[in-house]
Amino acid sequence: MTQLYNRALHHFATFTACCTFLLLIAGALVTSNDAALSVPDWPLSYGTLLPPMIGGIRYEDGHRKIAGLILILTLLLAVWIGRTDRRRWMRRLGVVAFGAVIAQAVLGGLIVLLRLHYGFPVEHASLAQILFATTVAIALFTSQWWQGDVLQAEDSGWPSIHTLALTTVGFTFLQVVLGALFRHKNANIVPHLLGALLVLGMVIWTAAALRRRFGNIAAIVRVRILLHSLVGVQLLLGGAAWWSRLVTKGAPQPMPVMVTLTVAHTVVGALTLAGALLVALVSYRVAEPKREAAFERRPEGAVL
Amino acid sequence: MRARISLMIASAAVLAITMVSCGKKEKEDEGASAPAATSSTPAPAVDTASAGSVSGTVKLEGPAPKPHRINMAADAYCNSQHAGGATDQEVVVSSNGDIANVVIYVKDGIGDRKFDAPKEGATLDQKGCMYTPHVVAMMAGQELIVINSDKTTHNIHPTPKVNRDWNKSQSAGQPNIVETFPREEVSIPVKCNIHPWMKSYIAVFKHPYFGVTGNNGSFDIKNLPPGTYTLEAWHEKFGASDQTVTIGAKEAKNITFTFKAAGGAD
Repeated sequence: MTQLYNRALHHFATFTACCTFLLLIAGALVTSNDAALSVPDWPLSYGTLLPPMIGGIRYEDGHRKIAGLILILTLLLAVWIGRTDRRRWMRRLGVVAFGAVIAQAVLGGLIVLLRLHYGFPVEHASLAQILFATTVAIALFTSQWWQGDVLQAEDSGWPSIHTLALTTVGFTFLQVVLGALFRHKNANIVPHLLGALLVLGMVIWTAAALRRRFGNIAAIVRVRILLHSLVGVQLLLGGAAWWSRLVTKGAPQPMPVMVTLTVAHTVVGALTLAGALLVALVSYRVAEPKREAAFERRPEGAVL
Repeated sequence: MRARISLMIASAAVLAITMVSCGKKEKEDEGASAPAATSSTPAPAVDTASAGSVSGTVKLEGPAPKPHRINMAADAYCNSQHAGGATDQEVVVSSNGDIANVVIYVKDGIGDRKFDAPKEGATLDQKGCMYTPHVVAMMAGQELIVINSDKTTHNIHPTPKVNRDWNKSQSAGQPNIVETFPREEVSIPVKCNIHPWMKSYIAVFKHPYFGVTGNNGSFDIKNLPPGTYTLEAWHEKFGASDQTVTIGAKEAKNITFTFKAAGGAD
């Protein structure tokens, strides 16, 4: 199955994921600068593609332009995968990614036209996380490692590493939603703080299980360290973002220190979700439940 | 493996759909039960011969907080309008402790009297990338005339709780925007998302007994029929404070509201 690997496609998928991360930064800047409604019309900005780039318009229109780029990239990616990838589920995933961008664009437009009501900003922020995680997953699925022969390892622990890793993904997504609810003033900080403890607990549990059961498998070691690092950085950034809100309380918002730290916390949150997803996917690729697995090399998609 | 990945994707989609259904309800619905001001019912005539008035000042007790400097670098035009730098208008206090931009209004005691909105509109100007005045008081149904005196683009975005919100852009030289608020509301925050330091408040009343303190902290509410009224002073930072006042025929009462610098009022 190694012959499926398409180096150019993998690089393009990785490039798309990186650009999607830039889109997340641009979106977070819009929110932190309270600039979402600086352009009252949509899809054009002030009836044109080239509005005056002043104040909040820079953030909002910049976000729209990067979103336009992502729309093109995901369309190309979906078409490329559709034409060259033999895996049906992979072709569907390409379409899902493109559909998610379309949905994001519509949600973004509704935010502007309905003036932040109906909870659309939270939904837009949360779907953005799903979109980014999807592009990261596509980059992984198109990689040579994923499509090559991978040494399988038996998972004899309980709960299974699949269950642990998937639960971590679920809790991390819940946590980014709670963060979006707080950020858009739909909830106070307490659920987000409790969510942080929950995610931390799950990450520690999952990482401990990975280390104990698969400590000698390089791919798992890499993603485990990545997720641990991201969670550590994210906790520090969360504290710093909260501190910046306290020290700038009463100052004419948005203050640069608050914007910088909050945007960093938001986008590292997206990286953390992507990291948790990578751990889950790599675990699925490498580890097999005890009843199914024997130590053997198995190509992707092979029937046991 | 494939089934599990499909399950993950499906779960994510379900979560997203669930979030959509749990979205926040539009605020305008919240105000559906609030009575709108009507201008069709003629106002019973106030006997000006027996009407009294209440005037006074609003004071700050304790050291006034220092105004915050505003960084207008995001728009070169705005920056050029404030050579010495600009400060916010959240707390404007004179050296005598007089507080500007306090809304004083009759909160209770008007009864079911109805009043026509004045023909002349209230104005909100965007000048030097600041709102002038910082606080506008007007009657429900009265026209709000939004002017852009700047050579840059603004957007005007009021965020009321009981009135309908709107968001309109106004480029340099564009005609005035004219809007009305049909329901009483104290006070509606107004902001410009292009220039996030631009903040203002609009207080809307169903009667004409209100005022906004100037730089000397004074107010004067005239033509009040004799009676007992609850007056409220509202400030964006210091909050609200009530006083009960009884006005006799042709009586001119003088009262003082005092806010504490740390917040709250006497």
